[in-house]
Amino acid sequence: MFIFVNTCLNILFLVNFISLHSPLLFMRVGVLFSGGKDSCLALKKVMEKEEAVCLITVISKNKESFMFHTPNIHLTEMQAEAIGLPLVSIESKGLKEEELGDLKEVIAMAKEVFGIEGVATGTIESVYQATRIQKICDELGLWCFNPLWQKNQVEILKEVVKEGFDAVITGVFAEPFDSKWLGRKIDERVAEELEKMGEEYFINPSGEGGEIETTVLDAPFFKKRIKIEKSKKEETKDSGVLNIEKAVLVKK
Amino acid sequence: MILIVDLCYKKNSLSQREFVLPIASIVKKAGEDFEIRHYREIREKDLEKCEKVILCGTALKDNGYLKNMDKLQWMKNFEKPVLGICAGMQVVGLVFGAELEKKKEIGMTEIKIRKENKLFSSDLNVYELHGFSLKNLENFEVLAESEKCIQTIKHKQKEIYGIMFHPEVRQKQVVENFII
Repeated sequence: MFIFVNTCLNILFLVNFISLHSPLLFMRVGVLFSGGKDSCLALKKVMEKEEAVCLITVISKNKESFMFHTPNIHLTEMQAEAIGLPLVSIESKGLKEEELGDLKEVIAMAKEVFGIEGVATGTIESVYQATRIQKICDELGLWCFNPLWQKNQVEILKEVVKEGFDAVITGVFAEPFDSKWLGRKIDERVAEELEKMGEEYFINPSGEGGEIETTVLDAPFFKKRIKIEKSKKEETKDSGVLNIEKAVLVKK
Repeated sequence: MILIVDLCYKKNSLSQREFVLPIASIVKKAGEDFEIRHYREIREKDLEKCEKVILCGTALKDNGYLKNMDKLQWMKNFEKPVLGICAGMQVVGLVFGAELEKKKEIGMTEIKIRKENKLFSSDLNVYELHGFSLKNLENFEVLAESEKCIQTIKHKQKEIYGIMFHPEVRQKQVVENFII
């Protein structure tokens, strides 16, 4: 028994050593994960080209955060379990710039625990986000990947549909969106509606400016899917959130 | 046909979506045909067939192309227009005798135009992502600079340009002006 465990450990050490030092093997990447469609799409791109070894989440207490998605962020733990990847998370008060210190801390933690060599994000156009994450990665000696960078937002929506994501709108934060949008799955019809709204109201059709937020309940790379058992719509004058109060993992 | 050269750490890498495909998208929108080749796989017939070449940028930590400069020496005898973006500008400079120095810029930066040129005609606010800049640029004219380093160059005899910033972010017109 002892010899068997020792051999396994030696093999694990060798695999880790080779993967960290050989450019021919896959890079170990941590994916910044909010549970929304963009971070799930970024995760899928990482899985196609490198090795996604963990998800990284900042749980911001500030609903107005410039950096982080907030609706249903508590669900990331269940999403990570559904995907089958470990989650490294940190709570943040979400104060501007201070939250960047929290982000750096959680990325450093992922580097230490999972030996990540790079970080991937679902940033599409936000120079604010991209600049800050690039600087943090640079300070920590990590690669930074943005596989959705500069991609057309209508194409992102189409890709979410084509890839078979069950991505549900769980937050609306700009006119003319209202609470009727909450709970709608992004399918072909919704993607077309969002495209038209983008043209008509000059908003980002994929919600990159924070106009809408989504929560992914299932995707082909999820090992289990998430079933919402209880949710509640909360509306204010100019925003609405679908709070997922109870959800369970279901076999696929 | 525009030949788009991918300088990233490996062929079809995760970085390709970030540094190469956005350039291909600008070229496509401008109505031009293009082909993407990894720098280690450029063939003579690619260079014969194309009308212009664009060398794309790489991730901040991705400097593998610097160890493989022998794969990029074709540029010395190449007579067609070339645009080197970020890592591409470093390659352009190195092929024609310039040297690298460590100078990092990340994020939006103001650049000042020093000489009228085909790519842009005024000062610009641009997105930067580089760890090196160029010095000893005897074979080039300097077209623009930021506070920290030289931002745009043109070879004195050839139509070979280098830009240190990333035009695919907020300055797509710069690529379009090169293509036209």
